[in-house]
Amino acid sequence: MAQMKFMCDAERCIECNGCVTACKNANDVEWGIQRRRVVTLNDGEADEMSISVACMHCDDAPCMAVCPTDCFYKTDDGIVLHDKDLCIGCGYCLYACPFGAPQFPQQNAFGERGKMDKCTFCAGGPAESKEEEYEKYGSNRIAEGKLPLCAEMCSTKALLAGDAQDVADIFRQRVVHRGHKDGAWSNNPQASTDNLAYDAARKG
Amino acid sequence: MTTMTTTTMTPEAPALAFWVRAFFQRCWRIGILLLLLAASLGMSQLAVAQADTDHEMVTAAPGISADQWRQVRSGETGPNYRDSRFDSNYNLINSSGETWRQIRNRWVSPFGLIAIGGMIVVIALFYFMVGRKHLDEPRTGRKLFRWSLLMRSLHWTVATLFITLALTGLNLLFGKFVFRTLFGDAVWAWMISASKVLHNYLGPIFGVLLVVLLISLLKDNIPKKHDWVWFKKAGGLTGKHHPDAGFANGGEKAWYWLLATAGLVVIASGFVLDFPNYGQGRDTMQWANIIHAVGALGLTAVALGHIYIGTVGTEGSLEGMTTGYVDETWAKEHHNLWYEEVKDTAMSEEEIAAQKTGSSSGDVSATKPS
Repeated sequence: MAQMKFMCDAERCIECNGCVTACKNANDVEWGIQRRRVVTLNDGEADEMSISVACMHCDDAPCMAVCPTDCFYKTDDGIVLHDKDLCIGCGYCLYACPFGAPQFPQQNAFGERGKMDKCTFCAGGPAESKEEEYEKYGSNRIAEGKLPLCAEMCSTKALLAGDAQDVADIFRQRVVHRGHKDGAWSNNPQASTDNLAYDAARKG
Repeated sequence: MTTMTTTTMTPEAPALAFWVRAFFQRCWRIGILLLLLAASLGMSQLAVAQADTDHEMVTAAPGISADQWRQVRSGETGPNYRDSRFDSNYNLINSSGETWRQIRNRWVSPFGLIAIGGMIVVIALFYFMVGRKHLDEPRTGRKLFRWSLLMRSLHWTVATLFITLALTGLNLLFGKFVFRTLFGDAVWAWMISASKVLHNYLGPIFGVLLVVLLISLLKDNIPKKHDWVWFKKAGGLTGKHHPDAGFANGGEKAWYWLLATAGLVVIASGFVLDFPNYGQGRDTMQWANIIHAVGALGLTAVALGHIYIGTVGTEGSLEGMTTGYVDETWAKEHHNLWYEEVKDTAMSEEEIAAQKTGSSSGDVSATKPS
């Protein structure tokens, strides 16, 4: 069973917002809502850094813990989804979420929040039919054996999506290729035995 | 579902796999942790697998410093912070969210339940062990006018709203543990959304009416010296005689001032939560939520006491708030100072009936004698 995770390699992200656009397009996200956002720190300075953020599908998800209607659930792949039929728009998930993932359409009187919307890891949500699912939650690429479109379309492959183990493996390899002396093993004696600092590019 | 990746990887050492999994279990920090790792493993380079690692070390842009991540953790944004979301006022990591969650789920919820449940138990024990407070003397049959129709209407409107808000509020905090499994999703969805709508729309009405009620009762609830004595004698629970009390006794005044302080705080924080369209941030709403919940749970617990004393707890109290009139004996025993002021206005049932038919608007326009 997979544990689906996103990871954004901040040293690769070039702030192109392709992920934001891909997500909007793949899921037909409603007006005013942007499931993924790109944050840039120290914009215009030498140490400028960007990172793409959406729902991180937490193991111990704070949104699930605080939801008064208990509308969240976790799929077998560790994806955090929610049932819009149960959502009452109280905003508690937004207070709790570390990543600012939940968003609410504000079309009603007195600023009343509509049904919460957030990244589904392109896994849709609970619905009677495919059409209803698409209408409410956007596409279900996971059911088609595909990964979230944001990560698939990331031009620098800064944004990774997939099983936690695989994402971690890719990231570790990158760190190795970035040339750290103990190959990302932080003085772990096993590093030398496994020869993880071996540089594939160098070998030619 | 089987593993899906964009790249095929060779399986690596299990020790690392263990640590990586441990990292993911601390999920909400995962973004920071993994990237901190990247930074601290650092002097790190542009993320391209270049041919010459040494060359890369020298020429690449510096990696992300620990200071940057510290800044992210603190929630500061700074002038050069950008968020691609339109009109966003979020920082990168909402670190106060976890604090709010812990306060709400670990402290407010359980202790709120203990406060309310405890109050019910205490009242039940008191009722079965001490019992109802009966009048010491027989009723005289002559009545004193205590609450005008306007005040009674106001009281019962505020009371109904309070109970509705308390029940819907409790449902928002605890309902999911009981009713979802009990009734199933269809009923639960209806229940909880009705709770939220009632709570959000009746709340402001309650707020306005409570302020009106508090203003119109202010004159009778100014603390006096004898109220202190009333409290020292626990309202007459100790000693043989009722301590002195005016129109409102010490306990009623305490309830008044609790509503005038905690009640107003609950209303104010409720407005902050109810109208999210004034640009208040998540941090503001987190605190408003905690203050609102603590205040409201406390008031609900105390209100149970008020309800008990006003209904089954004391003989002759409820009729004052339903008919507007109280018996002379009740007034003498519970509000002796007030009784001394108004005893000349006592009327028999017949006189009251005659007055009502005599002037059609008599009762309505009558102001409370003081």
